[in-house]
Amino acid sequence: MATMKEITYAQAINDAMCEEMQRDENVFMMGEDIAEYCGAFGVSRGMLEKFGKDRIMNTPISEQAYVGAGIGAAMAGMRPIVELMFSDFMCVCFDELVNEAPKMRFMFGGKVKVPMVMRTAAGAGTGAAAQHSQSLEACLAHFPGLKVVIPSTPYDAKGLLKTAIRDDNPVMFLEQKTLYRTKGMVPEEEYTIPLGVADVKREGTDCSIITYGRMVQMSLQAAEKLAEEGIHVEVVDIRSLVPLDTKTIVESVKKTHRALIVHEAVQFGGFGGEIAGQIADSDAFYYLDAPIRRLGALSCPIPFNPNLERETFPTVDKIIAQVKSLL
Amino acid sequence: MSVKTAKNSAKAGEGTEISRELLLKMWENMNLARNFEEHVQWLFSKGLVHGTTHLGIGEEATAAGTIAALKPQDYVFGTHRGHSQAICKGISVNNMMAEILARETGVCKGKGGSMHIADPDIHYFGADGILGASAVMCNGTALAIKKRGEKDRISLVFFGDGTSNEGATWEAMNLAAVWQLPTLFVCVNNTYGMSTPIAQAMHDTDISKRAYPFDMPARSIDGNNVLEVYRTIKEAREYVASGKGPMLVVENTYRISGHSKSDGNLYRTKEEIESWKKKCPIKAFRKYLVENGIATEQELDDMAQAAANAIDAAEEYAKSCPEPSVDDLLNDVYA
Repeated sequence: MATMKEITYAQAINDAMCEEMQRDENVFMMGEDIAEYCGAFGVSRGMLEKFGKDRIMNTPISEQAYVGAGIGAAMAGMRPIVELMFSDFMCVCFDELVNEAPKMRFMFGGKVKVPMVMRTAAGAGTGAAAQHSQSLEACLAHFPGLKVVIPSTPYDAKGLLKTAIRDDNPVMFLEQKTLYRTKGMVPEEEYTIPLGVADVKREGTDCSIITYGRMVQMSLQAAEKLAEEGIHVEVVDIRSLVPLDTKTIVESVKKTHRALIVHEAVQFGGFGGEIAGQIADSDAFYYLDAPIRRLGALSCPIPFNPNLERETFPTVDKIIAQVKSLL
Repeated sequence: MSVKTAKNSAKAGEGTEISRELLLKMWENMNLARNFEEHVQWLFSKGLVHGTTHLGIGEEATAAGTIAALKPQDYVFGTHRGHSQAICKGISVNNMMAEILARETGVCKGKGGSMHIADPDIHYFGADGILGASAVMCNGTALAIKKRGEKDRISLVFFGDGTSNEGATWEAMNLAAVWQLPTLFVCVNNTYGMSTPIAQAMHDTDISKRAYPFDMPARSIDGNNVLEVYRTIKEAREYVASGKGPMLVVENTYRISGHSKSDGNLYRTKEEIESWKKKCPIKAFRKYLVENGIATEQELDDMAQAAANAIDAAEEYAKSCPEPSVDDLLNDVYA
């Protein structure tokens, strides 16, 4: 049994980057205010002292310039980690993320690789309102050539990020800003987690909740409460949207006969529709005892007022109500 | 905009130490590029090619002079009007023609087409269909050079006058300057962004001034004079490779061909086009080579004919190759 230690989600990300930078001199990091300031969420704390300013590079506020430079450096054989302060800012460099990074290899006949990780802080719950709180992962999952990872625990964050840094493709690593200070157990020894393998965070028999990111903890809380009423929910954390572990999802639904998909992103047009489609397309369809149900954010820009903000997103109570409606 | 005449341009080559071999290489490349593009234009007009293409007939001196002044290890990012850049960087016309005819042996396996011709194996990161993107990515290869401490290597990006107005281009110039990257920005100013003349798209049409806020040296030169281009880029390369930071060179030229196959030339006069045909960079270079005793008319004719033959052969080669297998469709989406 591995020796475990308790660390935060932010520290797990920091540890993953430090280990990979020590392991491979081609790995470096750039982004806005990541050096002395340690990033808007303090994720790169201590890294400037450890690796120096040539590997922990503050950039101008020029998302196209430094995300583009990350792509170019990756094409030249480096392994850049690019930190985008808020995931909403991806809209400023959408060309680089959509038209460049995922297409170079295919468009150029397979002769180039783009081993870049774009890390960014996603999600609401901090009172940052409409332009600093979104969950835009469905957009990224829509572009073949990108991989999209959203970890929900310190353990997953560390293991998945190390794999992402070693991956030869552009990986979009969407961190959950309200999880940065949450703690969890992580092995002292080195480990990695493959991309595209879902994790059943809680086993159950009555209904599957398929979820990811911040909603994993919320779904587990809902499952705990439902268990008190004798309802046994299985919580499947997909961990990566691309590649998607359809097999684990399908097996879970075949076991529980019910599927509720929960995510923080706007429900309409969200990634839950894809998961629902994967279930409907599979033989799990024949096992369903209820319609496939989705629960995501309401269709509105994210409001500032804390009560309004909370009500925009799934809550434990809303998850419980949805599960019950399927039984 | 100050574009020197062909007569002045010929003088610009004097006094430079350029070997006969290199001069004739530039002649060959310009002829290959011109023949390639005229051939592609003809194939399109016959409906033998699908998709679209962006030709740069009349701009050959910019690619030939620029790339002749580089070293093989240099990274080059081209433009979507980049056939001549690709040829000069060293992609075989056979594999280029095969790409345009969407064959398996195309340099991008038939998956890129005219707008994405590239060959990372020879450090040519090719044509990009989104303007401004090449400039920001070019800083990335420059950053890799700097991080590895490679002393005799630079990263060069070609971009057009239209792209000089893209925010990404400005961001790229700023980043290259603040990080002192070995990036050489080469603006091929052909005076039109598709149909819009530069005076409608920028208040001051001297693009070289755009280097000033970044404290970058800049030169604005006659892009139809291949020797002036060569000499300027050679100096610029030395400057950039020495670690002093980026530089901007504006190569002023003119696109004789239309923007793309859909261009009806409604935005310019026949007289204007004819006046630029008289300033054809290939004609000007021929005059220089003959007057300076570097080659005879006959020798130049023979080389031009050989270039035309090579393009004919490229078409034959491409047509003899199979189209990519549908089995290959999903390959290379991920590494």
